[in-house]
Amino acid sequence: MTAPLIECEKVNTFFGTFHALKDVNLTIRPGETVGLVGESGSGKTTIGRAILGIGPVTSGRISFEGQDIAGVVPRNRKGDAARIQAVFQDPYTSLNPSMTIEDILTEPVVARRLASKDDARAQVRTLLDQVALPADAAHRFPREFSGGQRQRVAIARALALHPKLIVCDEPVSALDLSTQARVLDLFIELQERTGVAYLFVSHDLAVVRHISHRVAVMRSGEIVEFGECDQVTAHPEHPYTQRLLLAAPVADPVRQQERREAFLSLGKEA
Amino acid sequence: MTDISSTQQVSTQALKRTSFLWSVLRNPLGLLATIILLVVLLTAIFAPAVAPFDPSHVEIFKVNVAPSSDYWLGGDGSGRDIFSRLVYGARNTLVGASIAVAVAALIGVTGGLAAGYYGRILDVASSWVADGLMALPAIIVLLAFFQALGSSIHLSMAVFGIMLSPGFFRLTRSLVRSVRNELYVDAARVSGLSDFRIMWRHILLVIRAPVVIQASIVAGIAIVIQAGLEFLGLGDASIPTWGGMLQDAFDNLYVAPISVYWPGLAIAITVGSLVLLANVIRDRMQQGDAPPKVSRLPKPEPKPSPISSVSDDTLLDIRDLVVGYPGKGEWKQVVKAVTMSVKRGEIFGLVGESGSGKTQTAFAVLGLLSKGGRILSGSITFDGIDLTALSASQMHALRGKRIAYVPQEPMSNLDPSFRIGWQLVEPMVSVLGISQAEAKERALALLARVGLPHPERVFQCYPHQISGGMAQRVLIAGAVSCKPDLLIADEPTTALDVTVQAEVLELMRDLQAEYGMSIILVTHNFGVVADMCDTVAVMRDGAVVETAEARKLFAAPGHEYTRMLLDSVLEDPDTRTYSPPKEASA
Repeated sequence: MTAPLIECEKVNTFFGTFHALKDVNLTIRPGETVGLVGESGSGKTTIGRAILGIGPVTSGRISFEGQDIAGVVPRNRKGDAARIQAVFQDPYTSLNPSMTIEDILTEPVVARRLASKDDARAQVRTLLDQVALPADAAHRFPREFSGGQRQRVAIARALALHPKLIVCDEPVSALDLSTQARVLDLFIELQERTGVAYLFVSHDLAVVRHISHRVAVMRSGEIVEFGECDQVTAHPEHPYTQRLLLAAPVADPVRQQERREAFLSLGKEA
Repeated sequence: MTDISSTQQVSTQALKRTSFLWSVLRNPLGLLATIILLVVLLTAIFAPAVAPFDPSHVEIFKVNVAPSSDYWLGGDGSGRDIFSRLVYGARNTLVGASIAVAVAALIGVTGGLAAGYYGRILDVASSWVADGLMALPAIIVLLAFFQALGSSIHLSMAVFGIMLSPGFFRLTRSLVRSVRNELYVDAARVSGLSDFRIMWRHILLVIRAPVVIQASIVAGIAIVIQAGLEFLGLGDASIPTWGGMLQDAFDNLYVAPISVYWPGLAIAITVGSLVLLANVIRDRMQQGDAPPKVSRLPKPEPKPSPISSVSDDTLLDIRDLVVGYPGKGEWKQVVKAVTMSVKRGEIFGLVGESGSGKTQTAFAVLGLLSKGGRILSGSITFDGIDLTALSASQMHALRGKRIAYVPQEPMSNLDPSFRIGWQLVEPMVSVLGISQAEAKERALALLARVGLPHPERVFQCYPHQISGGMAQRVLIAGAVSCKPDLLIADEPTTALDVTVQAEVLELMRDLQAEYGMSIILVTHNFGVVADMCDTVAVMRDGAVVETAEARKLFAAPGHEYTRMLLDSVLEDPDTRTYSPPKEASA
């Protein structure tokens, strides 16, 4: 058994009196994708932000290779703990509109003093290559790119710091169907090549099934089910996961009719 | 495919980068203001070279003389050359204004950045200070300081800068608050950037233009106030200033009335140019990418609607529909010759990716194209009526009564300041002409019908008190309240959670069966299509590539694009197997 890369133990977060995370336990192994599924308000984004160090943790422990990083902001994280990066949902607002792609990609490296500005610039081409963007993209602005391309830029930015973990918060939700499939394949390819681990937050079970090794299901701040991908996304044990699975329509009228009847027979949620 | 190839066509946009300054200069007013300000600035810098005399050079015989070849603009009350004093005055005036602007901007922007970014106590405290400063009467404070600190106008302008700083503070603070929660700021934090660097690199970059505008306006105010103080006789009388000159000219108004014009004009023109420049920059920023004027475009030639024989069970028949928006010198077509027909009582799916024209087609049927959009040719026949030939008021009468609409974002389609009940009752009263009481009864029945557990309570609620799923049920209740023949639903469940989506779709299917209406369901989700639709049209780039019965489409897609889309639907029989990475990547 490989030692976990990230281990969340009894993580609790309160926003005022609202209990957003309730005793969340979660592990991510090196090079693994853990899918995190849930509906809006379930706390899936909150746990992602807590791991990134940009969201609050009220109690509990988040350890990264044994080092407690709960509540430590990114710039104070030392060593490998600094190698946790993020790709956000909305590729239109996650890139600063007034910076060129080159500025966006060199900034993390320069800010962390990992390389000089010139060395960082030299790496831009490699980064763009990795996400299959043309080299001449470096001197353009985000607005000149489509949603899928911007998300590639965001992925390249995350890769610039040689991450061990990337927290992906709904990274393909804003993309068209065909673009979504290609970006997901890029994520998988990068993982196989670099051994990066993903915490893949999504509301879409099909997306999570495509990319994950293990899947956790969240509801009202709690993880209700956590297990192997195939088991959770095809034969779930928890009634809530079953409900989620049957609610998602499949692209086949015949099978969808069966699924719909099964969903309706579950009745209204208690 | 699309996301790679589209980079090629955007390279022209690279030209836009330097164009902001250019477009300000291309504006005649912007150019004029810039030239004037440059002239004033250069005069101030090179004052000794420009001025023919020393500003304190006195010729006793030239007191209040008229303009001549010697003293170009005449002499002042002490026999000094007005032109030379004007030139040196520019220097002192600009230095004073710069001090005020620099102090105001430094304090205001720094404070605004900190208050906006960190919020909480810092925000509250600094906002109090700013409000307090704004409440102080500037002139009186300056006069008091003048008494205490002596005759340095520079010191006075520094104090005035502090008085002006709340303007910068409030502007910066509100700008920072609007960008603080942008995802790129989060991304910068995750990258490990320090707060200082985030503010410097990310936030300041975005807010610079409004701050420049503010600086320009504040400089104008500073010049006026400074001149006013000097006019009142405060300030060092030995230094030539525009305000001081004004005072001197005023003293000699009856002897040399013309002298009052020169400093007056200098102040007016400089301040006017500053304000003008600020306005031009602001206009340029607000204008963004305004659509080109429609009048410059070729008139769309109306084609005679083809007389089509439509069978009785067809409710809506669209023929060769072309919808265009004004583009550069021509109509940009977003719907290209779309033909489709919707039968009575069927659910018709309109499916495609973003930009495929599916929503534009639906909006054309509703007669609700966005500004500038227009039907260029083709026909839309609804139950024997050609919708393209109807006037706006005829279309208005049809909409809501026979053609209803369910939008994508339920929350933004309910008015937050009115109760749900009112929003349901009011349209019914106006469209159906029934009494308030009857409308209320119907509304309550409808709310119960769409599956809301406590109709009376929802009736009394404001939109923010209900969830997105409930809001969509309310909108569906409103849409079916007049028993329409056609319901157009534009991505009705995209903003909803998946379990709520399943329930709302079930409701729509139920209502469809009960009322026998037709539904046009615009969606990008093939699962929803499979769940709901009888017939499906697949759109790409404004054109329909394939129309088929739903079961046939999924079983044997005819067009290669449809196949590509269906292949992109994620349905993995197997999942990935985990193996730890062989070597830790460096």
